[in-house]
Amino acid sequence: MPNYSSPHMPDSPSLPIHTDMIAPGVLGVKIIGRLDSMTTGNIWRKTNLELDRTSPKRVIVDASGIEYCDGSGIGYLFGLRQRQEKGGGDLEIRGLRTEFQQLLDLFDPSEFEESPKIQPGPISFFEMIGRSTCIICEEAHAFVEFVGEAGVAMVKALLNPKQVRWKDAFLIAETAGVNALPVIVLVGFLMGLIMAFQAAIPMRQFGAEIYVANLVGLSMIRELGPLMTAIVLAGRSGSAFAAELGTMKVNEEIDALITMGLDPMQFLVVTRILAAVIMTPLLTLFADLIGVLGGSLVLISMGYSLATYFKQIISTVNYVDLFGGLFKSIVFGLLVASVGCLRGLQTEMGATAVGESTTRAVVGGIVLIVVTDGIFSVVYYYLGI
Amino acid sequence: MNLIRDTIIGVEKISAGYKNTVLLQDVSFEVKRGEIFVILGSSGSGKSTLLKLMIGLNKPLSGRIFIDGQDIVSAEGNERLALLKKFGVMYQRGALFGSMTLLENVRLPLEEFTDLPLSAMDLIARMKLSLVGLKEFGSLLPAELSGGMQKRAAIARAMALDPQILFLDELSAGLDPITSAELDHLVLSLAQNLGITFVIVTHELSSIYAIADRIIMLDKALKGILAIGRPQDLRDHSKNAFVRRFFNRQGESDTPEEKFSP
Repeated sequence: MPNYSSPHMPDSPSLPIHTDMIAPGVLGVKIIGRLDSMTTGNIWRKTNLELDRTSPKRVIVDASGIEYCDGSGIGYLFGLRQRQEKGGGDLEIRGLRTEFQQLLDLFDPSEFEESPKIQPGPISFFEMIGRSTCIICEEAHAFVEFVGEAGVAMVKALLNPKQVRWKDAFLIAETAGVNALPVIVLVGFLMGLIMAFQAAIPMRQFGAEIYVANLVGLSMIRELGPLMTAIVLAGRSGSAFAAELGTMKVNEEIDALITMGLDPMQFLVVTRILAAVIMTPLLTLFADLIGVLGGSLVLISMGYSLATYFKQIISTVNYVDLFGGLFKSIVFGLLVASVGCLRGLQTEMGATAVGESTTRAVVGGIVLIVVTDGIFSVVYYYLGI
Repeated sequence: MNLIRDTIIGVEKISAGYKNTVLLQDVSFEVKRGEIFVILGSSGSGKSTLLKLMIGLNKPLSGRIFIDGQDIVSAEGNERLALLKKFGVMYQRGALFGSMTLLENVRLPLEEFTDLPLSAMDLIARMKLSLVGLKEFGSLLPAELSGGMQKRAAIARAMALDPQILFLDELSAGLDPITSAELDHLVLSLAQNLGITFVIVTHELSSIYAIADRIIMLDKALKGILAIGRPQDLRDHSKNAFVRRFFNRQGESDTPEEKFSP
């Protein structure tokens, strides 16, 4: 039985190893004291240096002085044997206590031969393009499939609203929507204020500062309100959806739902999409209003009255602008929630996987928002909106 | 087996619990060096609580726990770190780091706490994996392994710094009888070859007979120890009829929870 006991063993003295060329090509190594994870590092390094310097045919280890040897020590003796055998030399260990010898005998050097690592060759340019194309196609396929399934589930839900878990949906609407109000208000207010301020300085030179109201009103209500709300939603809730569903996937909760005969689409995705679709336009309305209020501060500071400011806005912004913006925001909410849920459901195993899906949900959400916004601009232009 | 048999873990008058519930009251026992010590008990009897106290994750309401002569309850700073290196823990679900390969998982403690050359760490980590029979799987990620393999890899990681004690939480939980028997065999061979002391939480009666030197049985109502001793002695000579009945039930196909209801 190896002596693993020896509690309160004092820490080992400095380098209990002596090396010596006993004869030409024969290196003698004497180790005294403890060979454990604390001392072995230095001993190993010293031995390697000595072996590199002398490259002996034969190494004789005098192990009679080893009073304690743990796994690291056994690793050292084993590594020494392996190195000698690989170099065509040999190793003799003398006087190793039987309990340590038994430990050493547990390992067979032939089983530990370094298997040659297969280095993947460099990927050619065309292969890279091919692979990327495949990945993009697979992604697109997954997205289309998801949109189809989610669409079917949504239609089912709308045809039979009793089946929807409204309690869950409202709870999600609260966390994703109501709780997002402070950040939406802050960002919207600052956005209106900054935009008005930046525009007012050059416009003043032409005496056109009242048109700051047109600028703030139109850009907030048509464009920036919906866009900013959607981006905040992607960062706040898209990520949360992905993390939630991802963790459920990792914990096999999604599998549990499926085997219970419950459709994860109906159960998890529809509620989230509904919540997002309901909440995004409401949040956008808030962002619009607060942004316009933020812009008003600049004009008030320039001596215009609030009434003039709003009159100017009402004269330029009509309901079509407002509803156009709100419609966009509904689509953005749909996209953010869908991408969040899709990435969550795509999560693979492991702790890092959830983080990865969250990142992909946010990035995917923002990219989709921006691209869709571009498409809307073109469509609205041709429709004359 | 080891003949020295001095005490390696001493639990002295431990009380523990949460807010208003006391789970363990004045529990005392000792674990001898080199023995395989099994903790048993129904759910809610404080097994996990006891294990978490022994590995210093939680603090007891009162009492002391000595690991190799030092109190882990009051140890702080470097003293605590030195104490932590004396034991390794296998968590119920392995708790391998998912982003690292098996080899990297096992190498991590070596990288952090020793000054071994990198190639040496690699070799030692591979030797540990070979001890648990996972030599060929070093380059795989934990998610690519079965539950039993993950547990074995977790044992290899727990052994990285050659601790004197290994704590294994729910050794056979969620495993098939064959894998479970393989793990029993592994524990026995590690105890015999390396002289490691084992503290194991398990429900598997066959496992207990195969490996346990001594067992402790916790009871929810007693808030403490129902029985302690060698499994054969408890089966044949326990004063408590429930304990005798429990140990005589080997081979019956009831669930662990049923086994525990007197």
